Amino acid sequence: MSITMGDAVARCVPRACVLAVGLGLAGGALAEGSYGGPYGFGTPATAEEIAAWDIDAMPDGRGLPPGEGGYEAGKEVYTLQCLACHGPDLGGVAGTGGAALIGGRDTLASGKPKKTVESYWPYASTLFDFTKRAMPFHTPGSMTDDDVYAVTAYILAEGNIIGKDEVMNAETLPKVVMPNADGFIPDPRPDIFNYD
Amino acid sequence: MSSDRVWPEYDERTQAMVDAMVEAEERALAARKAELEDCECKEGMFPSGGRTATRRSFLATSAAVAGGTTLGLAAGGAHAAAPPGAIEFPVPDDPTKIQGRLTNDDGGYGTRSQFESEVRWRFPTATKESSWTMTPLESGHGIITPSGLHFERHHGGIPNIDPARHALIIHGMVDRPMKYTMADLMRFPSVSRFHFIECSGNGLTEWKEPTLKTVQGTHGLTSTSEWTGVPLSTILAEVGVQDGAAWVLAEGADAAVMTRSVPLDKCWGDAMLAYAQNGEALRPEQGHPLRLLLPGFEGNTHIKWLRRIEVSDAPFMSREETSKYTDLLDGGKARQFSFTMEAKSVITFPSGEMKLPGAGFYEITGLAWSGRGRVKRVEVSVDGGRSWRVASLEGPIMPVCHTRFRIPWQWDGSPAILQSRCQDETGYVQPTIKQLVEARGLDGGKWGSVYHLNGIQSWGVASDGSVSNVHHYG
Repeated sequence: MSITMGDAVARCVPRACVLAVGLGLAGGALAEGSYGGPYGFGTPATAEEIAAWDIDAMPDGRGLPPGEGGYEAGKEVYTLQCLACHGPDLGGVAGTGGAALIGGRDTLASGKPKKTVESYWPYASTLFDFTKRAMPFHTPGSMTDDDVYAVTAYILAEGNIIGKDEVMNAETLPKVVMPNADGFIPDPRPDIFNYD
Repeated sequence: MSSDRVWPEYDERTQAMVDAMVEAEERALAARKAELEDCECKEGMFPSGGRTATRRSFLATSAAVAGGTTLGLAAGGAHAAAPPGAIEFPVPDDPTKIQGRLTNDDGGYGTRSQFESEVRWRFPTATKESSWTMTPLESGHGIITPSGLHFERHHGGIPNIDPARHALIIHGMVDRPMKYTMADLMRFPSVSRFHFIECSGNGLTEWKEPTLKTVQGTHGLTSTSEWTGVPLSTILAEVGVQDGAAWVLAEGADAAVMTRSVPLDKCWGDAMLAYAQNGEALRPEQGHPLRLLLPGFEGNTHIKWLRRIEVSDAPFMSREETSKYTDLLDGGKARQFSFTMEAKSVITFPSGEMKLPGAGFYEITGLAWSGRGRVKRVEVSVDGGRSWRVASLEGPIMPVCHTRFRIPWQWDGSPAILQSRCQDETGYVQPTIKQLVEARGLDGGKWGSVYHLNGIQSWGVASDGSVSNVHHYG
């Protein structure tokens, strides 16, 4: 998008501003709701401010923090933080809202799909990301990165996706291949053609 | 496909959800009918509407007046009997013979009449933090949803945010990472747009068989407001998007720290950072003080309580765009990033659980909308799709906005099936539910996704005038 009008608008006197705006709109170069800019409002975001909120983790590992954790530590974390809602067998607990985390592999085409981390989630990074940002439900965002890595390792191992001896960290987690990694296709809609 | 139709089965979790919604609607209807018990309008056309529900409190108040309660001094405020959003005041026998309430005695912010009681009802999820509510479309007028009746979907409750302490950070593949306070954002040139927001789960109970009874239940996850804010494109120009960028992550400041990835093209288009709804600041349930508005995209992407935008070269694959809001098809593959809410319409009067008092003239009315632009045409059938008439559309017809349609109907008193179908400006015509089931491979016992149902709704009118939810393919 062209923002070449911007400096002129910012520097001009009021009468000339009106002229510049008029020209901009007549030329069709500017979206409605913008007179060209830049407007210069706001303040530069500092590295510290960004880091405090930038908690997402991507499938290729970008955003994963330092730290690590494995099965045994994860089992402890799970027992303390997750078991009440997700159950001792990771099968979910009715009435808590806690979903089943494992099982259901090969059910997606069965007509009775059971969607779990094991059967449906395409990326291990999503498990880390979601657990870190939104879990445990009643004290969200309260776990250390080590704890999140550990409980991620525990869930993935219980789902037979990784071995119980594998440690999850920023290097290993992106290499985990989830069972349903190839299960997603782009949206082809419109898929019904009643056009007249 | 065999001629003996085998309806798809819901999976366990979905079936539990459907059952719970049926129960929730039944409770809401029972509460309505209990309120109406003493009312002569019991057999009226709006048994689930809000026009007559406080008859009981009317009677109680009249008794209090007769007993000597001073009129006009209702400073005591709300009675328990007042519907949500209203305050109970004495009702004089003749309002022309006594002065009314004191000017501005409401503190400067008005309430609705105590005689208007339509409310959202909540889907009974396991927790009240992660849940949703439905808009009572059957009692709506025009195209605007009152802010207090806009449907809700929360994943971590409704955060209470001081706008003076709220900020938006935009960073990632930008030349100048920036932080904007609400005051900063409100200095930018603004736009106001009328748009619907619809949850892609709207109608999730209705794929298999007619399940919920009212249009609030079948279609209540769509609402329209006038939204005001800053075009996201303005902010992108300010920060300078780098070559190679293709997606942005939008993140909320709620307990779910809700995140969705959005294609950068949409952000350069009609995306808005909205801070106002229907002329005032956003309601807390709608993202106060700041939400993302992505006209025509499924509701979940319109991130509320927006605090962060990260520009990247790839989608982030958050939980809500992988585990949820993906459309599992027969064969086991799932559609992902199915953002667009396709053209849809529904008759809101007459609709489920209403009762027509007898043969005669009725004005059929309803709403039509499309995530791809303007509504071009709405047709209505009163014979289950055998014949169609073009309804009149109330202007202005705005893109990606509820559009009100109306058509006269002389009911002869015999059973009828009412349907509406809309066409948007791309030429797309709203399909039948059967077409959707077949096109998405969900037939013959295979079932995957309940999202994105935009099929034609049918209301059956029985000879006694009662209206019910039916499936009918014409």
